[in-house]
Amino acid sequence: MSSPVARDRIASANPAQPLPRPGRWARLRSSDLWWSFTHKPSAMIAAAVLVFLIVTAFAAPLIAPQNTYDPAELVLWNSEIPPIWTADGQMPFLLGTDTQGRDILSAILYGSRVSILIGIGSVILSLAVGLSLGLMAGYFGGFIDNILMRIGDVLLSIPTILIAILVSAMAMQALPPELREVGAAGVLILAITLSGWVQYARMVRAQTAVERNKEYVQAAQLLKVPSRRIMLYHILPNTLTPIMVAATLNFGLAILTEATLSFLGIGMPVSQPSLGTLIRLGNQFLFSGVWWVVIFPVVQLCFIVVSVNVLGDWLRDALNPKLR
Amino acid sequence: MLVFIIKRLLNAVMVMLVVAFLAFLIFRVAGDPVELMVNEMSTQDDRDRLRESLGLNDSFITQYVRFVVNAAQGNFGISFRNGQEVLGLIAERFPATMELVLVATILSLLIGVPLGVLTAIHRGRWHSETLQFLSIVGVSLPSFVVGILLILVFSVTLGIMPAFGRGEVVQLGWWSTGLLTHSGRIALVLPAISLSLYQITLIMRLVRAEMMEVMRSDFIKFARARGVPRWRIQFRHALKNCLMPVITMTAMNVGALIAFALITETVFQWPGMGMLFIQAVTFIDIPVMSAYLCIISFIFVVLNTIVDITYALIDPRLRNATR
Repeated sequence: MSSPVARDRIASANPAQPLPRPGRWARLRSSDLWWSFTHKPSAMIAAAVLVFLIVTAFAAPLIAPQNTYDPAELVLWNSEIPPIWTADGQMPFLLGTDTQGRDILSAILYGSRVSILIGIGSVILSLAVGLSLGLMAGYFGGFIDNILMRIGDVLLSIPTILIAILVSAMAMQALPPELREVGAAGVLILAITLSGWVQYARMVRAQTAVERNKEYVQAAQLLKVPSRRIMLYHILPNTLTPIMVAATLNFGLAILTEATLSFLGIGMPVSQPSLGTLIRLGNQFLFSGVWWVVIFPVVQLCFIVVSVNVLGDWLRDALNPKLR
Repeated sequence: MLVFIIKRLLNAVMVMLVVAFLAFLIFRVAGDPVELMVNEMSTQDDRDRLRESLGLNDSFITQYVRFVVNAAQGNFGISFRNGQEVLGLIAERFPATMELVLVATILSLLIGVPLGVLTAIHRGRWHSETLQFLSIVGVSLPSFVVGILLILVFSVTLGIMPAFGRGEVVQLGWWSTGLLTHSGRIALVLPAISLSLYQITLIMRLVRAEMMEVMRSDFIKFARARGVPRWRIQFRHALKNCLMPVITMTAMNVGALIAFALITETVFQWPGMGMLFIQAVTFIDIPVMSAYLCIISFIFVVLNTIVDITYALIDPRLRNATR
C-alpha cells in the first residue's frame, strides 16, 4: 500500500497541482485527537483492553469451551470445580464451574456479549431520540421546546435507577408470558433509554439554540435549504463534541444499570444470563465458599466499565479546549 | 424575589403532579384491580359492587384527582401482598434507610473533601495520580459489587463484620435507631461504606476541579505574595471557596442516595424502604411501588427546590437567569 502521507508530501512539494484530499486514515493520523491518544498510555491501554473484551465477547460461540445456552452441555457431574490453578482444578474449566456444571469462562464470555449489546443498543437509541428531539426543540423553540423541557424536568426529578426498575418491571408485566424471555433485552434497552435520552436532548438543545442564530445557518435558510437538512448536516456536527464524551461515559453507565437491574432480578433471565445475572446467581453461594462463581463475573464487569470510563475521561480532557 | 420563590414552588408542584400521574398510570398498566382482588367464587354482582365501591366506574380524570388528593394526605391504599396500610409499611422502614443515607453522606464528606484537596495540590505526583485513577475505579464499580466484595472480605473470609441485617435497634417514639447499640453500629459499617464509595469519588473529583480553578485566581496569588503560609492558603482561603458547590451537590444527592440505597439494602438485607420496594416489584405489589415512587420524588423535588431558593437568596444574579 502506498502511504497516503507520502503522497501528501509529494503533492505539497508541487504547488501547481491541486492537493489531493488525504484519506480517512491519514486525516485521523494527523488529527489532534490521535496525537493526544498516542501520548496518553492509560487511554491506549484502556482501548486495547476494551477491544480485546469486545472481540472475545462477540467471538464467544467460536472460542468458549462450552455453549452455555445449551442445557444438554451442562453436566451436573462437573459442578463446583474450582479454578484451574487450585489443587482441585480440572482441565477444560479454566475458571471453574458453578453449581450446575456451567463453565464460568464460557458463561462470562456469553454474558459479556449480552451486557455489551444492551449497552450499545441503549446508547444508540438514547442518542437517536435525544439528538432528534434536542435538535427540534433548539431549532424551532416555542411549543415543542416547552413540552420537551417539562418532560425532561420530570424525568430528572426521578432517580434514574428508579425509572429503569419501574419501566422494566411494568413492561415485563405488560408483555405476554411467552415473550418475556425473548423480549427481556429489548425491555432493558428501552428502560435504560427512557432515563438516558434527556441528557443528550438538553445538551444538543442548548447548543442548537446558540448555533441557530449564527450566520452560516441564516445563509442556509436564505438558500431555502430544508430545515431537516440544516439541522442534520449544518448544526448537528457543531454540537457533537460534548455528545461524544457523554455517549462514551453513558455506555459504561448503561452496562452498569443493566448489571444492577439483572442483579436485582428484574433484568436478563437465567436462560440468557448477562454479567449482572451471573453475579446474582453467584451471590447466593457467597457463604458456601464457592467464591469463583461470583468473583470472575465481577472482575469482567469492572474491566469493561473501568476501561470505558478511562477512555471517556481521556476524551473529555482531549476535547476540552481549555486544557490544550 | 418573592416572584422567583413562587415560580419555583409552582414548578415543583407541577413536577409532583406529573410524577403522581405516572404513579397512577402504574395501576392501569398492571391490569384490572378487581380481577386481582376477587376469587373464583365471586359473582358478577360482587364484582360490580366492588368496582363501584373502588370508584372504578368514574372517569379517568376523577380517579386521578382522587388519587392525588389521597396521596397528598398520605393515603396510598393498602398493600396487595399483606393487606397492611402502605404508608405505615413505608414509615416503619423509613428510619433504617435514612440512618444509612445520613451516615454514608457524612462519611463521604469526611473522606472525599480531604482527598480532593490532596489530589489538587499534589497534582502530577504519583500518589495523586493513583488516587485519581482509583476514583475512576470507584465510579466504575457498581454499588452491589462493592457490597459483595466487602462481604466476601470482611464477613466470609475475615469474619469480623456482620453481612446482613441491622443489629439491635432501640425505639425512640416511632423512630427506630440502630446507632445506640453496639451491634447496630457494627452492622451499619459495611453498608455505609458501600453506599458512600461512589459519593466519595464524586466529591473528591468535584473538590479537585474546584480547587485547581481557585488556586489559579488572583486572590490566592495575592495571599501568597503576602507570605501567608501555604497550608493556610490551601485549607483556609482556597477550600472555603470550593465548599459551596460541594454542599449543593451533597444536598441534591441525598435524594439519589435514598434511591440508590435500594441496591445496598438488597445486598446487605438491610430492612429499609428500598428492600420493601424491591420486594414489591417482584410481587407486583402496585400500591407500594407507586407510593415509593411518589415519596422518593417528593424528597428529591423538595431538596432541589430548597437548594435553588437558597442559591437565589445568596446570589441575586440567579433570580432572573432561571426565567
